[in-house]
Amino acid sequence: MRERPSRSQRPRRSRPFRTYLPRALRRAAPGRSRARPCRAFGVLRMTDPGSSHVRRVRASRLAVLLVSGSLALTACAQDTGSEEGSGGRLTVFAAASLTDVFTDLAERFEAEHPGVEVVLNFAGSSDLALQINSGAPADVFAPADTATMDRVAEGEGLDADWAAEHGDWGVVFATNTLRIAVPPDNPAGVGALSDLADEDRTVALCAQQVPCGAVATEVLDAAGLEVVPDTYEEDVRAVLTKVELGEVDAGLVYATDVMSAEGRVEGIAFPEAAEAANDYPIGVVSGAPESDLAAAWVELVRSPEGTEVLTDAGFTVP
Amino acid sequence: MRPERGSGPSAASTGTRERALRARGGRPPWILVLPALVGVAFLVLPMVGLLVRAPWSTLGGRLLQPQVLSALWLSLSTATVATGLCLLLGVPLAWSLARTDFPGRRLVRALVTVPLVMPPVVGGVALLLALGRNGLLGRYLDAWFGITLPFTPAAVVLAQVFVAMPFLVISVEGALRGADRRYEEAAATLGASRTAVFTRVTLPMVLPGIGAGAVLCWARALGEFGATITFAGNFPGTTQTMPLAVYVAMQRDPEAAIVLSLVLLLVCLAVLATLRERWTNV
Repeated sequence: MRERPSRSQRPRRSRPFRTYLPRALRRAAPGRSRARPCRAFGVLRMTDPGSSHVRRVRASRLAVLLVSGSLALTACAQDTGSEEGSGGRLTVFAAASLTDVFTDLAERFEAEHPGVEVVLNFAGSSDLALQINSGAPADVFAPADTATMDRVAEGEGLDADWAAEHGDWGVVFATNTLRIAVPPDNPAGVGALSDLADEDRTVALCAQQVPCGAVATEVLDAAGLEVVPDTYEEDVRAVLTKVELGEVDAGLVYATDVMSAEGRVEGIAFPEAAEAANDYPIGVVSGAPESDLAAAWVELVRSPEGTEVLTDAGFTVP
Repeated sequence: MRPERGSGPSAASTGTRERALRARGGRPPWILVLPALVGVAFLVLPMVGLLVRAPWSTLGGRLLQPQVLSALWLSLSTATVATGLCLLLGVPLAWSLARTDFPGRRLVRALVTVPLVMPPVVGGVALLLALGRNGLLGRYLDAWFGITLPFTPAAVVLAQVFVAMPFLVISVEGALRGADRRYEEAAATLGASRTAVFTRVTLPMVLPGIGAGAVLCWARALGEFGATITFAGNFPGTTQTMPLAVYVAMQRDPEAAIVLSLVLLLVCLAVLATLRERWTNV
């Protein structure tokens, strides 16, 4: 077997999948572009350029269904470890809903750190956690909920030095709250959350089994409202589609979704949304090949500059 | 079934010939048997996977949940109504394609197969754009009659008809083309009207084809997911059919999803096996 010179420089870490992979998958992909660590991700990311949630769902479904696919993903991610003379390669594993924000921030980061390449890997949070806990060399992990971060913190663990300063479970850098989405011009005159309980209005909610449905249930319970929707959609994008087409009078979606569908739906903020939200934690992963760059990335995300990008995308920054 | 088999002497001769062939041919050739076995294994293996992973100990309790029963009932009833509608519209359509010559017939035949190649989710969006509250036709249904289709069982049926009808049309058209036209011509020369020829001669001749098409159509309607969840939405008891219930359960409780899939599979198999039995006995 051919000697691989870069292997000695790689961090020591269990890589269970690696040994089972054909050589073609093990080899580092040449000529990779910044935001696309490997071709497999490129394909996943291209499914729908306009909607982060569809991408997340597709990505997670694919990853769950295709074991070989997820092996390939892990392999690609593993090949993005540091290499000599490249000035450092920062690998960020992030929830699909952060695609726009982190792609923007990666450009700024590379401008601030010449010679550094930021490799972004977007997928469903739980798939990413699975990959990290299986030994994928992520420097930074930013899932869409704290429960998933907890799984990594308990599994692979967070970087000890970084955690000593910021906490063992990562830090929450953004929250995504719910908005009432209504078709343009709001034909049914929806103005408040309580309007959703009106039986004459057609309402779409996410199914309670998916995160946006869980948050919606929590918010409605806290508000003491009993809303019987006309449909429990399979994900937040489906709710958004029904609102866009004017098939429902209102739906509950994330603030970031309203922003991404600007012009096609109107968003109505409501005070009860503060009762429940999706927290986005971030942390430097234990054994990160580039732990200093990773810490700098987290700083950028939490800086005023990062805050601005996040709020522009519809996130709330705590 | 070809009509000549029904007449006495030829049926008997067919039987003898088959027996003779079987005796002389000996074992079936491996070049056919091997791929056939691989094919069966490939189709059965995923089902075995389901059976192995099924949570047998809690199976009974999960099956009797009212949500499961209502989803199953909704699935069976909508698929059956959809098949009925497909027969009502699809058989005449297939007859027109096979027995008449009108301008644009090739185009129509190509259009009929569009739902086959269209991803069902796209089909659902297309149905929304046509029959939704703001759709091409839907807005007039709403304005003139106060009918809104999305989020009703009727929408489930329509979504199923949309994706399943091509299966019926193609099967029946194939059967019509394979049927011997001389019987129809003979009936016509004996003074039967075109309608009488269709109901008394054509229809009985292609009945097995119609049956096979209806089974395909029913099975496709029963498994319909994409167009249904997009066009009809997903609400337990109203529009949540079994495939939708399976999908939603998969998000949080994969074991429940497996149970639901098994139920759907077993019911399907039972119905199809019963139908098959009846046909071969006819």
